[in-house]
Amino acid sequence: MDVAIIGIGLHRFGRSPDMSGMQQGASAVRAALADAGLSWADMQFAYGGSQDAGNADALVNELGLTGLQFTNIWNGCATGGSSLHAAYSAIKSGEYDLGVVVGFDKHPRGAFNPQPKEWGLDDWYGETGLMLTTQFFALKTQRYMHDHGITEDALIRVSEKAFANGSLTPTAWRQQALSYDEIANSAMISDPLRKYMFCSPAEGGAALIICNADKAHQYCSNPLFLKAAAVRTRHYGSFEVFAPSQAMKVADAPTVTASKAAFELAGIGPEDVDVMQLQDTDSGTEIMHMAENGFCKHGEQEKLLREGATGINGSMPINTDGGCLANGEPVGASGLRQVYEVCVQLRGEGGARQVPNNPRVGYTHVYGAPGISGVNIITR
Amino acid sequence: MSNQVPLQEGLFTWPSSQPQLLGSRCSQCAEAAFPAQPDCRSCGSRDTQIIELGDRGILWTWTIQTFMPKEPYLSDETPETFRPYGVGYVEMPGGVRVEARLQANSPEQLKIGMPMQLDIVPFRTDENGEQKMTFSFSAAEKA
Ligand SMILES: [Zn+2]
Repeated sequence: MDVAIIGIGLHRFGRSPDMSGMQQGASAVRAALADAGLSWADMQFAYGGSQDAGNADALVNELGLTGLQFTNIWNGCATGGSSLHAAYSAIKSGEYDLGVVVGFDKHPRGAFNPQPKEWGLDDWYGETGLMLTTQFFALKTQRYMHDHGITEDALIRVSEKAFANGSLTPTAWRQQALSYDEIANSAMISDPLRKYMFCSPAEGGAALIICNADKAHQYCSNPLFLKAAAVRTRHYGSFEVFAPSQAMKVADAPTVTASKAAFELAGIGPEDVDVMQLQDTDSGTEIMHMAENGFCKHGEQEKLLREGATGINGSMPINTDGGCLANGEPVGASGLRQVYEVCVQLRGEGGARQVPNNPRVGYTHVYGAPGISGVNIITR
Repeated sequence: MSNQVPLQEGLFTWPSSQPQLLGSRCSQCAEAAFPAQPDCRSCGSRDTQIIELGDRGILWTWTIQTFMPKEPYLSDETPETFRPYGVGYVEMPGGVRVEARLQANSPEQLKIGMPMQLDIVPFRTDENGEQKMTFSFSAAEKA
């Protein structure tokens, strides 16, 4: 049985000072329902999550007490991917035909401050200043550049592309393109990553209406198909965030295993993908994720970026809405924002940022602490 | 001079003329971990022993923390007195890469592959005047 996406909705990322995170989630659900031409009462099930904005199932207070099955999902940065995977499984199993996936968040300003105990770590690790995601991404990028001959030029080009795409995206938080020199001269935050190479915590909501593909045409003339949803955690030997030590032996990252599983489910390969979203909490991770997801060999990114391959008109358009760098990261919503954007592209509704030549296959990838990845493959 | 105590017991041997980092090794698969773990993350065995991981290593990767972290960071610095610090993973002869603060705090002082040595250093002074000691690495002096 196939799974279809028949409605998509977004509450604009960035700052909505007059709205709670929950209200931004409800706003995204209403937009997705309107897009599908359905009402809340039609929904048989819901999966949703947020990190800092409350229990997703409390959304029924905004949307209506209809008695549907509503399950809260919390899985770090992969919350959206995990919610979508749960909905995918619910449809695949035949138990349900129609439901909604929603993610939303509203974070305090400034960097995240995770607590060691919640991650199975002792207090000293946080107290001595070792427990920062920004540090981890810098440490991993530093080693990756050393191993694979990537230079600062590549890091700058990823950010330049992100903010250029953001400037073409009416829903993006950061809509101001930044020049190469502005990025290159921005403050060094955590060597080798500079200020304009990091995304920030933000606010927003995203929702999708998911349906049994056999029934999709009852509701919608242009359904998209969720061909694969895979979530994987780390193996012993992969270099992951919040690790006081790492093994000397090297294992594939969870991104590699989730990506392989998703391609296998969909029966296609990286060469078949026309438009993609790769987790870009910073410009270094986007570079690493290009190879970890199978879209190039390690080290090829330098040349691909110089040639503009990852731009909207390039051979492998990545993060066409500006990704996390231009949209910020409301953790609960971020993975579903990626799916939303890929759906927009596959429908040909991208406007100024539309990828040319009628893209048919889309791909999304999230990565989060403490080493978890979610991959989705969507087709027309 | 104020009283000095480790920030956390069991991370390193101290006081000692030549302090060593402490970790654990699995009796089944021989993989090492830091800090010491009762369970092996490689094979799932519960048969692990505390071992000395050494006091010298090789810098595997590094960065500089340029801004003062929010809590749970707990030092006695203020935003005015905060000094950037290095962070790195150091490959230990005990067979594991350990994340640590580095004494060096500018990119010019750090290079992947450089030899490093363990230092036990004061981290903060608490309200009772007790100095909390932690582990850190600096460029190795010629042996
Ligand atoms: Zn073992």
